[in-house]
Order: sequence, then C-alpha cells, then structure tokens
Amino acid sequence: MVSASPKRKKRQSQSLLPASTGGGFWWYLVPGFVLLTGVVLVPLVWNVYLSFTSYRGIRPPKWIGLENWTRLLSDEKFWTSFGNSVAMIIAMVVVPTLVGLVLAAMLFDLIGKKFGGGVASFLRATYYLPQILPVVIAAIVIGWILRPENGALNVILKTVGLGSLQHNWLGSPDTALPAIMVIMVWVQLGYPVVIFMAALQRVNPELYEAAELDGANWFQRFRWITVSIIRPEIFVVTLTCTIAALKVFGPIYTLTRGGPGTSTIVPSYYSYSEFFQTQQVGYGATISTALTVLIVIVSFLFIAAQNRAEKKES
Amino acid sequence: MTMSLAPNHPAQDAGSQPPDAGSKPTGAKRKPHRKKPSDWVILATAIVVGILIAVPFLMILVNSFKSPADYNTGGPLQLPTHLYFDGIVNFWNRVDFPQKLWNSVFISGMVSILAIIISVLNAYALGIGRVKARLWIIVLFLLANMVPQEALLYPLYSMFKALGLYDNVWSVIIIFTVIQGAFGTYLLSSVYGTFPKEILEAASLDGASRWTILWRVIVPISRPTLSVLLIFFFIWTWNEFLIPLTFLVSNANQTVPVAISVLQGDRLMDVTTTSASALLGLLPTLIFFLIFQRTLTRGITAGAVK
Repeated sequence: MVSASPKRKKRQSQSLLPASTGGGFWWYLVPGFVLLTGVVLVPLVWNVYLSFTSYRGIRPPKWIGLENWTRLLSDEKFWTSFGNSVAMIIAMVVVPTLVGLVLAAMLFDLIGKKFGGGVASFLRATYYLPQILPVVIAAIVIGWILRPENGALNVILKTVGLGSLQHNWLGSPDTALPAIMVIMVWVQLGYPVVIFMAALQRVNPELYEAAELDGANWFQRFRWITVSIIRPEIFVVTLTCTIAALKVFGPIYTLTRGGPGTSTIVPSYYSYSEFFQTQQVGYGATISTALTVLIVIVSFLFIAAQNRAEKKES
Repeated sequence: MTMSLAPNHPAQDAGSQPPDAGSKPTGAKRKPHRKKPSDWVILATAIVVGILIAVPFLMILVNSFKSPADYNTGGPLQLPTHLYFDGIVNFWNRVDFPQKLWNSVFISGMVSILAIIISVLNAYALGIGRVKARLWIIVLFLLANMVPQEALLYPLYSMFKALGLYDNVWSVIIIFTVIQGAFGTYLLSSVYGTFPKEILEAASLDGASRWTILWRVIVPISRPTLSVLLIFFFIWTWNEFLIPLTFLVSNANQTVPVAISVLQGDRLMDVTTTSASALLGLLPTLIFFLIFQRTLTRGITAGAVK
C-alpha cells in the first residue's frame, strides 16, 4: 500500500484518508444539506420575500414592494423595541463582561491562591447556577420575587419599614425594563466568569512579576497583560452574548408581553405578535428580517475587529 | 446579609476596592498563607455576590413548601411552619408534569442523537474528507446556527402545517436537529481536521472501507467530544422556548418550560403554587447539571476557544 503510485498520492493530499479522493465524501453531506436547506435556507429566503408582501396568513401574499420597509423606518414601536435591545445588551453583555472580568480575576488571582481552589470553584459554581436554567424558568424565579401584591420583595420592604417603596415592579412602565435587566444580569453573570477563569490559566505569572518590578500597578497589569492575553475569550463572550441579547424572547413573553404599553417590547417579541396576534405576517417578516440583518452585521464587525486585533498583536 | 464570613477585620481596610486590593496576589505569592485584611474584604465581596445569586433559589425552595396562609403570616424569608405539599402536588397534577417531562426528555433526547449523527457525517466529509469549498460550507452551517429563529418561524409554521406535522413533537425535533447539528458540524469539523493521520492510514491499510473507518475508528476515538456535544445538545434543546411555544400548542405536546410559562398569571396560581411551578421547572436541569457537572464545565470552557 505504501508503494501506491505517487500519482495517487498527489491526488490524496486533500483528504486525510489515504487511498481516497475527495469526491466520494460528498455523499456524507447529503442528509445534513437536505435538512439545512429545508429547515433554514428555504424558510430564510421565504421570510425575506414575505417582508415585501402584504400577507395575513390566509390569502396568498401580495407583493407590495418596499411598503413594509418604509413603514418600519417610521414605526416608533419598532425603534422602541431596538432601544430596549440596547438595554438588553447592557444587561447581558456590558455588565456581565465587566463584572465577570473583575470576579474572575478575584477568584483566580486571589481567592483561589490564598483561600484554596475549593472556595474559588464553589463560588464559581454558585455564580454559574442561573445559567443552567431554561431562561424562561429563570425569569419566573425572579418574577415570583417581584410579584405585585404579595411578592417577596414587597413583603420584605414592608417588614423593614420601607412600605412606601413597594411597587408593581413588572407592571409599571418605569420599573418593568430595569426589572427585566436585573433578571438578565442574574442569568448571564456566571458565563463570563467561567470562561474567563479558564482563560486566566494561560497567563504566565512571570509576566506579572516582571511588570511589577517595572512599577506597574495592579490595574495596569490587569489592563495590559491579563486583558490582552484573554482577549480571544472576551471576543467570544461579547459576540455570543450580544447575539443572545438581540434575540431575547422568553422572559418578555412570560413576564410582561412587551408591556406595560411598549415599555419592554423587543424585536423578537414584536415580530412574534405581528405573526400570531395581529396576523400582520408581512410586517412581522420585515421586523425579523431587519433583526437578522443586524445580527449578521454585528457578527461581521466583531470578527473583523478580532482579526484586526490579532494582526496588531503579531 | 445574615452571613459575614469575613469576621476578622474587614472594616479596617474597607476603603480599598477590589481592584486595588487585588494588587497583592503576585506580591504575596512567596508567602501564600499570609492574608491581609484586604484579602478578607475581597473574599467577603465575592461571597456577597454569591449569596445574591443564590438567594432567589433558596427563596423558591423554602416557599414552595408553604401554604398560602403560612406565606401571608410568616413572609417569604421564614422557614415553613409545617411542610405543605399541596402547591407542588396541585401544580404537578394540573400540568400533568410527568407527561411534560417525558415530552421534554423525548424531544431533547431524539434531537441530541440525530444532531450528533448529522454532525458526524458532515464533519467526516468536511474535516477528514476535506471536500472542496469546505470553508464556505462550514460558514453556511454556522449561519444556520446564528440566524434568529424569528426569521424562520413563520415559513416553518406554514411548512409544517402543510406537512401535517404542526402541533407534533416531530416538527420541533426536526428543526432542532438541524440547528444543533449546524453547530456540531462547525465544531466537529475542526476537531476532525486534526485527527491523527497515522490511525486513518493504519485503518485503510487493513482494507477498511470509508464507512467502516467512520463508525469503527473515528467515532469511537472521538467519543469524549461526542458525549460533551450530546449533553450540550440535550440541555440546549431542553431550554428552548420560542419554537416549542409556537409549534406545540396542545397541552399534551408541551415541553416543561412551555407548560410552566403559559400558566403564569393564571388566576388559580396563588403565591406558593407559582413558587412550586418554578421549583418544578428548575429541578430537572439542576439534577442534570449535578450529574454531568464535570463534563459540562470542561465543555463550556472548551467551546469558548473553538
């Protein structure tokens, strides 16, 4: 077999398997590709098409050109929903990443080294706990505490004499969005901590000592050594969490249905309600297409930024 | 609040915020057991954060075993005066919990097995077969995983309605097989791309066919990766909400998260029954997490660096 003709060997250079050409492998892609086409590619294209139609789910869709799209641009509810997505990004990306970095550094650098790895991993597991729940259940857990009349938070406020602070947390326009944000911070925090703690193991302590000798303070060392070494993980965490923040649906559906008014509406819930409640399928497709475009753009920007950062490094 | 696990002298150095105080670790490295007051402050901060995160769980646990009257007199922080199981039992019967559990187990189980098969087949062609244009194909699969489900929802809804699979668990199984399989394809392709060539060569020296090599050599050797993926597919599918909510409209087909969510705000849900519903919702994943904790932590961190 080793003496197999050299000509053959050349053709094999592609595949890792000897005595084979790349061609025969196509068969293995067939089931996956058929399913991908049926469940993702065709529906995606179809959805884009629907965004140019007037369609109420019964009679066939009617082509109306850009009408839905111009309506979208001047739709205040739509812009409110995107504003709320920014709030979700703050709650699910900005706060958890920054706090997660500090917590991971605390657990890894200090608590793990001085109080033992057991304490650090126990705390890490505690932080991670909300992440294992279905996000809907997580929302119900916190929603239970925030119940209007006899919710735990209101009862506690009353018993400590702060009864005047009692509030219908999820039911008033001023606190509903912050309440959802608190839930999302609670859910997300553990994820960056776990990822960053694993990444910190790559940081060479000698680098730290050298920087210390050069007079760098803790923050400078953190900023210039730690953060730059674990940058790949920071990118992954911020990208995946940003996408997740743009897609938030379950907690909104379960706790507020976008209300009161439009105070907690998000794009995914808005498109869902257009699809199945007001039966404005064409317009719902426009909202979800806009969301898809945004997610694709965000991902490309992130990946471009990461590549640039990597190039600058080397 | 009630716990202060840093009793020594945290107040002394209370002004030092975590970042400043953190400057000690490398300095103190040579004498690892000397703890400065600021170290205790940091430990206390970390513990307080942990308590804040754990308190909602404890509250749900405590209040699920109270009667509404007990809750009204004792408040949410008291331990139950007597164990009261009616809330849990009522909710359990009301949603027919065993049925919902079975639906979730069946859907998640089928999805994880089917998605693994799809991922393995795809990754064999992409990672080991290195077919042409493989990079673009991988990007395409990744796209499938990235696209928001809202953008597929209505077309899928019409399609499965036309196929007669609407309100049928198989609609959800098929959709998530593709979505999870897309991620698996991406991940496994890079794993198989670095598969030891000698093993493959040795196998083909023995005259094994491609099909045999895949199932007798590659799959058994990559079993650790496959089992991590399997567990993740299971949990991810279990936690899904939008698509099961849309496709599984009748009670008998609903999954655990959907069944619990649609009952929130129901007039019959008193305060402790709602708490019990949250408890029943979190228990399965909690148990699952405790069983597979090691595999999961390995997987979470491995997934982040490709």
